[in-house]
Amino acid sequence: MATNPRQSAVDPPSDDKRWRIVQAAMRRNGFRRDALIETLHAVQESFGYLDEESLRYVARSLRAPMSHVYGVSTFYHFFSLKPAGEHTCVVCTGTACYIKGAPGLLDAVGKEFHIGDGETTEDGKVSLLTARCLGSCGLAPAAVFDGQVAGKVNREAVVERLHAWQNGPAAVKASPESSPESEGSAVYA
Amino acid sequence: MREKLAEIKAIEEDAKAQYTHTVNVCTAAGCLSSGAAQVKEALGKEVERSGLERWCQVKGVGCLGLCTAGPLVEVESQSAMYGHVTVEDTPAIVGGLNTKPVERLRVPTGTPFFLRQNRIVLENSGRIDPERIEEYIAAGGYSGLVTALTEMTPAQVIDEVTASGLRGRGGGGYPTGLKWTTVAKAPGPDKYVICNADEGDPGAFMDRSVLESDPHRVIEGMILAGYAVGASQGYVYVRAEYPLAIEHLKKAISQARRMGLLGRSVAETTFGFNIDIRLGAGAFVCGEETALIASIEGKRGQPRPRPPYPAEYGLWGKPTLINNVESFANIPPIIRNGGEWYASLGTEKSKGTKVFALAGAITNTGIIEVPMGTSLQEIVYEIGGGVPGGGRCKAVQTGGPSGGCIPDAYLDNPVDYDSLRSLGSIMGSGGMIVMDDSSCMVDVAKYFMEFCMTESCGKCVPCRVGTVQMYRLLDKISTGRATLEDLALLENLCDMVQNTSLCGLGQTAPNPVVSTLRYFRDEYIAHIEEKRCPAGVCKIHSSVAQTDSPSYAVAEVAQ
Repeated sequence: MATNPRQSAVDPPSDDKRWRIVQAAMRRNGFRRDALIETLHAVQESFGYLDEESLRYVARSLRAPMSHVYGVSTFYHFFSLKPAGEHTCVVCTGTACYIKGAPGLLDAVGKEFHIGDGETTEDGKVSLLTARCLGSCGLAPAAVFDGQVAGKVNREAVVERLHAWQNGPAAVKASPESSPESEGSAVYA
Repeated sequence: MREKLAEIKAIEEDAKAQYTHTVNVCTAAGCLSSGAAQVKEALGKEVERSGLERWCQVKGVGCLGLCTAGPLVEVESQSAMYGHVTVEDTPAIVGGLNTKPVERLRVPTGTPFFLRQNRIVLENSGRIDPERIEEYIAAGGYSGLVTALTEMTPAQVIDEVTASGLRGRGGGGYPTGLKWTTVAKAPGPDKYVICNADEGDPGAFMDRSVLESDPHRVIEGMILAGYAVGASQGYVYVRAEYPLAIEHLKKAISQARRMGLLGRSVAETTFGFNIDIRLGAGAFVCGEETALIASIEGKRGQPRPRPPYPAEYGLWGKPTLINNVESFANIPPIIRNGGEWYASLGTEKSKGTKVFALAGAITNTGIIEVPMGTSLQEIVYEIGGGVPGGGRCKAVQTGGPSGGCIPDAYLDNPVDYDSLRSLGSIMGSGGMIVMDDSSCMVDVAKYFMEFCMTESCGKCVPCRVGTVQMYRLLDKISTGRATLEDLALLENLCDMVQNTSLCGLGQTAPNPVVSTLRYFRDEYIAHIEEKRCPAGVCKIHSSVAQTDSPSYAVAEVAQ
């Protein structure tokens, strides 16, 4: 095991308090390089996505080559390198949801809002994502609206929900830690 | 330690005996997404309002199984289970506690769904509060661990596991006892135990259910494994997509630590064992053991050739035991009741029970546990209640993207590792998706190929390039632009990718195509020669479609 416990010699990019969460995550793992994925999780949870600045900071802190950090963060689907919209809608495309109409949901959102998987509306209000399987197959088709899982959704319900987000005032957000799907919770708004 | 466990059990039983009624609310992810948390809160308030709080406790429990009827509420004293409960229904339920159960909400529990199950892994699911270690102990938990640590040698623990005939529940079906023996024999002081909770198969949610409903069972299984093979550190690699499972697991680990069941001295013995959680980050290939190890080491989750197997050269180059959640969950009852007891269940070559997640076009979606050897017929039509509206079950898909589709005509086959393999599918981790006539098999094959194509890690050529080519051919077929030569090419590619890929992902990626070609070749031919989709799912290219074809029906199964 590559153990090299040491103090962080690298200062965070800014005095944003959220860096403390990231530092705590690295310290908990003794600044070991194998804790890279845990660290990236901490960054994404705090900031909503991974930008170049944060990747460089993590690379320096863990003494890992930037190529390695970039490679890992692009390999895993869970990490996002661009900021998400104010609200996120995750449509499950697992097998059960697929045969029960998930493609229709994506189609409806695409037609109405002109966004595809991984895209955000022009006004930055709504992001559309897909998930491989939420494990809510008993309630197929399922979708996650700002961290809240909803089962047996239909096209009308999705479109209506997204319209409400777009037109509504700065709506109250679900708490960021309620679910990893709520990543990007208006942090960069 | 034994006295301590007995004492906790006595206290728990006393506490429970004080209540005349226990109202269990399912708070697993399925029911939560249909509003179980609000129902639980409302029930608590209602009990208080009626002045019943001294006689009635409202408890959050794990998965009750019948996800389709969620949120589920069970009143133990009345043996009544209620389904589709809303906040408005709570006064009626509480009001009925001392009189009669509320008939209009009742879910019949005398049905095959409940009667035909044999719950071993799920014995505590829906019975105990997963967030309290005391309830697990009161249900007999950790007693097997204490017995093993104080009365058995590591070799005897392995003997029991071997005698049980347990085979890997992640889908491969490798004999668990044999794996444990190999790791135990491997030289060196540092060894690791890893629990694979990276349940990536779309359509499978058994492991999530176990972790949410009874996390201590997995922890106990891992400690026993650590003792048996001589490891002192364990990791649970769990999907980041399962926040509730992670939360319950974290809580369970810290409770076990406080109770002295994890740490430098497990249950006051000289054996020390620690468990840490590692989060996945959404890569299906990380379910493959060497890729999973790479991911724990903080690298990209790419597999490497085997041998050497992780049992000899695993995490950080040390001997490593990797088992799936359900395998570990089977260990405590095996140690408690003996390997022979477990071996008395199931079939000759597949012992014990298996948990399945039923989904798709089936009446009773949810989690079930049945003895190995139960026929698919029984699972789909009796336990599962058949296709809603009395439709015909066209095929059952098992094993996710690595499995295949088994047609209706073969449903009388028993479910075990070997007979599923002979049917061209695999057991997989236990996802079972029922498809009716509204599903097009070419489309299903294309769906899985798209999955494998995007999930391919890119390390070996056959998988990286082959899945893309196969996807393109399937797309060509489904849009009516293919010829019979394309079909021949597809079959050729299936064979090549199967035989030359580096890891399980590539080797099994063609399975959905091969199995649908085997049983539903006519559908492929219809797409190619007649330019029509029999199920009306695929959108045949307008320039090639025949005028009388009904193929414009959109892939929409409006519920």
